Amino acid sequence: MESPAEIVQHTAGGMIGASWLMIAFPLLGAAILLILGRMTNRWGHLLGVAMSLASFVVAVLTFLEIIGLPAEQRRQAVHLYEFIPGMVDMGLLIDPLSISFALLITGVGSLIHIYSIGYMSHDPERRRFFSYLNLFVAAMLLLVLADNYVGLFIGWEGVGLASYLLIGFWQFKPSAAVAAKKAFIVNRVGDFGLLVGMFIILATFHTLTFSELGKQIAEHPPSGGAVTAIGLLLLLGACGKSAQLPLQSWLLDAMEGPTPVSALIHAATMVTAGVYLVVRSGAFFFPPDSTQAIAVSVVGAATLLAGAIIGCAKDDIKKGLAGSTMSQIGYMMLGAGLGPAGYAFAIGHLITHGFFKADLFLGAGSVMHGMNDEVNMRKYGGLRKHMPITFATFFIGYLAIIGFPLLSGYFTKDGIIETAVHHQPILGWLAVLGAGITGFYMSRMVFMTFFGEKRWEKDAHPHESPAVMTWPLMILSIGALFLGGYLILSNRLYFFLSPAVGTAEATPEFDFASTAGLVTLALVAVGAGFAWVRYGRAEVPAVAPRGSFLTTFARRDLYGDALNESLFMRPGQWLTRFAVYFDNRGIDGLVNGLAAGIGGTSGRLRRIQTGFARSYALSILFGAALLAGALLLVGNI
Amino acid sequence: MNDAVVAPTIEYGTLAPMLLVFGAAVVGVLVEAFAPRYMRKSIHVPLTLLSLAGAFALVIVQVVKGAVPTAPVAMGAVAVDGPSLFIWGVILVLSFVCVLMINDEGHFVASAAAVPGSADEEEAEAAGGSHTEVYPLVLFAVGGMLLFPASHDLLTMFVGLEVMSLPLYLLCGLARRRRLLSQEASMKYFLLGAFSSAFFLYGTAMIYGFAGTVSFTGINKALSTGSLLDPILLLGLSLLGVGLLFKIGAAPFQAWKPDVYQGAPTPITALMASGTLVAAVGALLRVFWVALGNLDWDWRPVMWAVAALTMVVGAILAITQTDIKRMLAYSSIAHAGFLLIGVMATFDKSAQNAKSLSAIMFYLLVYSITTVGAFAVVTMVRDPGGEAGHLSRWAGLGKRSPILAGIFAFFLLAFAGIPLTSGFFGKYAVFAAALASGSEAGDSLGGWMTGLVVLGVVASAIAAFFYVRVIVLMFFSDPAADGPSIAVPSMGTVAVIAISLLITVGVGLFPQPMLDLANQAASGLFIR
Repeated sequence: MESPAEIVQHTAGGMIGASWLMIAFPLLGAAILLILGRMTNRWGHLLGVAMSLASFVVAVLTFLEIIGLPAEQRRQAVHLYEFIPGMVDMGLLIDPLSISFALLITGVGSLIHIYSIGYMSHDPERRRFFSYLNLFVAAMLLLVLADNYVGLFIGWEGVGLASYLLIGFWQFKPSAAVAAKKAFIVNRVGDFGLLVGMFIILATFHTLTFSELGKQIAEHPPSGGAVTAIGLLLLLGACGKSAQLPLQSWLLDAMEGPTPVSALIHAATMVTAGVYLVVRSGAFFFPPDSTQAIAVSVVGAATLLAGAIIGCAKDDIKKGLAGSTMSQIGYMMLGAGLGPAGYAFAIGHLITHGFFKADLFLGAGSVMHGMNDEVNMRKYGGLRKHMPITFATFFIGYLAIIGFPLLSGYFTKDGIIETAVHHQPILGWLAVLGAGITGFYMSRMVFMTFFGEKRWEKDAHPHESPAVMTWPLMILSIGALFLGGYLILSNRLYFFLSPAVGTAEATPEFDFASTAGLVTLALVAVGAGFAWVRYGRAEVPAVAPRGSFLTTFARRDLYGDALNESLFMRPGQWLTRFAVYFDNRGIDGLVNGLAAGIGGTSGRLRRIQTGFARSYALSILFGAALLAGALLLVGNI
Repeated sequence: MNDAVVAPTIEYGTLAPMLLVFGAAVVGVLVEAFAPRYMRKSIHVPLTLLSLAGAFALVIVQVVKGAVPTAPVAMGAVAVDGPSLFIWGVILVLSFVCVLMINDEGHFVASAAAVPGSADEEEAEAAGGSHTEVYPLVLFAVGGMLLFPASHDLLTMFVGLEVMSLPLYLLCGLARRRRLLSQEASMKYFLLGAFSSAFFLYGTAMIYGFAGTVSFTGINKALSTGSLLDPILLLGLSLLGVGLLFKIGAAPFQAWKPDVYQGAPTPITALMASGTLVAAVGALLRVFWVALGNLDWDWRPVMWAVAALTMVVGAILAITQTDIKRMLAYSSIAHAGFLLIGVMATFDKSAQNAKSLSAIMFYLLVYSITTVGAFAVVTMVRDPGGEAGHLSRWAGLGKRSPILAGIFAFFLLAFAGIPLTSGFFGKYAVFAAALASGSEAGDSLGGWMTGLVVLGVVASAIAAFFYVRVIVLMFFSDPAADGPSIAVPSMGTVAVIAISLLITVGVGLFPQPMLDLANQAASGLFIR
């Protein structure tokens, strides 16, 4: 087992020195589009795409420079400026972990920017949409590139803001406005955890910079309650941002936003920030087999099942995909809780998921685009002939997510499952079960949408989307096909990441014929077959049948909202009512009294200001006498 | 004493920025005397702006060349050291910006000598134009501001003080609207200013009586050998202090500030609230540090009380103000108190000195530039009778003119010291320096400094209340039916607001370059 390599201060210029451009480009784009406003309506979307692409180019060049360095020098801290004097210097940490994220964010982000040109072409507010997207990319890059928790937190709040703005982008729909608020408020709970965690870090280690923390922890390996508390609080933050139990409820509602937003923010990148937080903090606060690390895995396993079950019962194609996102991030969290052995698979799954889930979401968007924005899968059916490209790419994404052998998802998800079975058998077998359910609900989605009889509304005229939308789909599906194998076979990603996250006791081996892997495949096949029987071969009713209590359970998001309402909302409301009462009677009395006191003093003192120069002069004279008297007095003590 | 008169040696190169400003002022007087009336303004504006810009360039040249003298120049009368150059640069930028505002039509009276409301006034008004003497007067005042904090003996400092103040007394009385108020302000400022100058002069005489010299170096030397408990010395010290504290508006010498700030033409108020404050704090630092550095144990408790009183009085009295300019005046008093915390921090003989000095200079820079921006916004909100001073007229401004109200709100937040504005870093730097110097000094003194900082934070909280109240008023109240109109801003005013906003935002986001600059300027400390 090896700890992460030491972070070196970057001195030479080069691409690494200029890596701040990655954040600057989209930030500039957002600023231009927001400040110039309507003036940029005609070309605003192009600027947005150009800024995102420019950022991608910088990311690629930085990546190439990193690759060119020897492994122990691949963690470079770039100092930007002193942020809070004496406490926090703003700087970037360019290392294999952060650059992997940067490539994903800018790469997939750029594709989604391009796709949005077509998807949002009829929206009068397209320019505003692109400014928010750019803002998101900038904030997300700051989140992953910052070399300290303060920068990370600023990015963290920035993506939260962008997410809020984009979920509520169509704010004329009350449901979208409510969903945006819900996302923001639920995230507040998580952010609070992260913030308190940061305070404890600062109190314990007197620094929030990764390099300093690394040094201190290498010298005195941490132990005790403080570290456990930090770990659990960071996990709470991660749960909020990554929609993990118990803070998952906002993600399904977040699908009110435009589909490219769901693809970029609520599937490929932002919701994985929690995984990033855990992996980045892993070497500091999540030693393998510690309470907090096990908590991470447990949360992950629970969420992967919950998400999968929710996915089974959704007729709304986007909500189905949202459930699946929850579930897949659950896999990543499960992996991230297993320490360095799981990191490579977790991050690998994160990257491949970024591709195939963006592919699936954008495919869903393409279907909606052709079907008058219909989202109910019961009103689809037989679309494969009408949208061949969308179908082909969606199908590849589908195969990847259920873990069809040799596709991307197969390698990364199986990797997580095998590692989990090895380290935490119970959780591992739950993950196997989850994979089977994934096979069912994803097949259900594909069969209901692309196969079977037409169940369209009368005015639907499905058609293939324009090239600006299909090309990104094709590129993403290539990633969904091959990326997983490339990253996992011969442990490419593992060795690449190891300077940043450390190594495991034994180098993981991908085993094609492990028991868990074979069982997984069998369960997936069963799930897919069951879906074929229920939704492929059989008639799909246009109105959802009542179903068993299990179906209702899943349809109601496992009563997550009901739980929230009874556990938090109602007591919260009582608490508020009590607080308001107490506030009015007790605190307001005090505060108002205080304010009145100060105001009264002010009013009385004001009378001294008579406006007469003579009384002013007198006050100066008195003041001088006081000063002189006091000085003489003090001097003679 | 040698009877022969020796021609003084003057280091013209080092003093060039100041000499350029004075020279331009003299040329300005000649323009007034000889140029025809219709041409005067078109000569004055470029002359004034170019001379200020030129002086600034000369300051920059000296900084870049790094040829900062290590001893006082001009026969020991003027000390051009790092802090001097920094303060000069700040004052020149501020005055340049203020002159841009002064250029606007409508601030200055057509004929100051005409009785308000008389036929003469109407006639002058109808003839158009305004007093162009404003420009040379401003240049003289700026020259005085440059000399005041850089002087190295008490007499030169007194000359600087008067050269700075006399034109300002006049300028205060030149407002075009509400002339009686303006003349009253001018009169009060003159009387009280003369009164305080007399204190300063009396203090100088006493200190001369103790030390036998007015040179700071000499006083410092006399203090290291003589008795520190000599009543003459202590009396002199306190009287000198009164003169200086009056200029920065510390309590209990603050009474003139609201009246004068309210009555004076707003661009002049901006100049006083920024330039004069910077110069006076600079002078205060120099006197107490260079000349009286060996005496700090004696005046420290008194200064503590003055700082505390100033913050509290400024913050509390601002709450009940109904006039925007008076409110800003009280806010300026409160900020003078915060600055005095920084002044307290600079006087312990430790390594903290440079850090504290840089903190206070940084604070001066960010506070004064924000102040100028805020007053520039005030000039734009107008009623038929002139600027809409009463706060109730500002209600709902955010709905009628969101950009202007937004900018003003931002300046107010900067005054309040909210993070991501320059004001936050200013306050942070000063408070942190005070705490650090306190903890370095240890024991009881540390406790006192901590207490002062706590008081400063409380005062900031009270101050935040009335800043935010204005924001609430602008954005959450319904606009008055016959609310004030927003003047179409001239290029000059736009430039002023833009520069202030840029610095306030820029320093709020990237404080480092400015902090570096202040650190560098402070690293050499004052020369003794």
